[in-house]
Amino acid sequence: MSSPATDTAPAKAPAISFGTKEKAIVRDPMIDNNPITIQILGICSALAVTVQIDKALVMSAAVIAVLCASNVIISMLRNMIPGSIRIIVQLSIVASLVIVVDQILQAYVYDVAKELSVFVGLIITNCIIMGRAEAFAMGNPPWQSFLDGLGNGLGYGIILVAVAFFRELLGSGSLLGFQLIPQAFYEMGYVNMGLMLLAPGAFVILGLLVWAQRQWTGYTE
Amino acid sequence: MELLSIAVRSVFIENILLANFLGMCSFLAVSKKVDTALGLGAAVVFVLTITAPVNWALNHFVLREGALSWAGLEGVDLSFLAFITFIAVIAAMVQLVEMVLDKFSPGLYNALGIFLPLIAVNCAILGTSLFLVEREYNFSESLVFGFSSGLGWALAIVAMAAIRQKLAYSNVPAGLRGLGITMLTTGLMAIAFLAFGGIKL
Repeated sequence: MSSPATDTAPAKAPAISFGTKEKAIVRDPMIDNNPITIQILGICSALAVTVQIDKALVMSAAVIAVLCASNVIISMLRNMIPGSIRIIVQLSIVASLVIVVDQILQAYVYDVAKELSVFVGLIITNCIIMGRAEAFAMGNPPWQSFLDGLGNGLGYGIILVAVAFFRELLGSGSLLGFQLIPQAFYEMGYVNMGLMLLAPGAFVILGLLVWAQRQWTGYTE
Repeated sequence: MELLSIAVRSVFIENILLANFLGMCSFLAVSKKVDTALGLGAAVVFVLTITAPVNWALNHFVLREGALSWAGLEGVDLSFLAFITFIAVIAAMVQLVEMVLDKFSPGLYNALGIFLPLIAVNCAILGTSLFLVEREYNFSESLVFGFSSGLGWALAIVAMAAIRQKLAYSNVPAGLRGLGITMLTTGLMAIAFLAFGGIKL
């Protein structure tokens, strides 16, 4: 707890600074308060787009972009949005941003965008975006909200890439499309684990990852 | 026959939750008790059955390329507006369902409580609308697809709630409690549903 003196007279920090508090905002969601494994937000897409690492990377970039932009915009509008219709306002801001990201993806990485299919659109209903808007951006200035979006987006990306790493390595024997398991292994009888490419593989890998991560940080439900 | 095949496929073989991972957030949050899981499942079936055909109609008559030719506008392609239109329809429908339930069935309304407005941000609802555009279903196919996707989701969440009620009595390692063990159980459930994969109608 902070002392009463600091509560009554908060230090006048400049609008854009990068001190201890800002560093903590970015760092905390990566491990200690990870959006997926601790806050349980945004699990749907974390499972669906993790068959290969490149798809996971594109999806993470899309989510980080939408999350930072939506946090900044909602934070700037936070004193103007009436409480009773805030969900609709937030949804329309997020939906517009997702349309922009979808158009950019279709223009520059068309093949990956086609493979991601409906999951780019589903960023709109990704709980991380709405959750951070509600929990952080509605009560904090734009710069801090931007950092919060960046931190949570990166935390989401770390888990996504970690799940994709195991699924691609065990399921296809490759990473980023490069064959890692040598042909000699297959001739000796090594077989790719097909289950990893199917839905159950994603559930199991994420479950084990959550276990390892919580054992490390000591968090229990 | 075609419709029956779509129904069986979306309930069992391509279950919206176990194969496509849609609606995980509320699945994990609301699967602690069978009663609430049943209520939410019913609400999702209801909302999906309405929004799927409505969004199909919007896409067919307004959004897709050349759809506005009935209004004399040739070659207009509004399909980039699909996301925002669909989510607006879904939010409006959930609001409508909320008001109708409040007026005509206060008991069910109170039982569903906070979960009803949250359906608007359930990815299963938006996902179904996006899938039916991608797979180019017609009107009756969309209706059946919406209803049976909801049914598949409800089936999964009720089964999960029943398992979790039993799981409460078992000694799970500290770090695995909650999300971890639920994920592993869902994985096992998804393997069980893979067994339906060979069924052809």
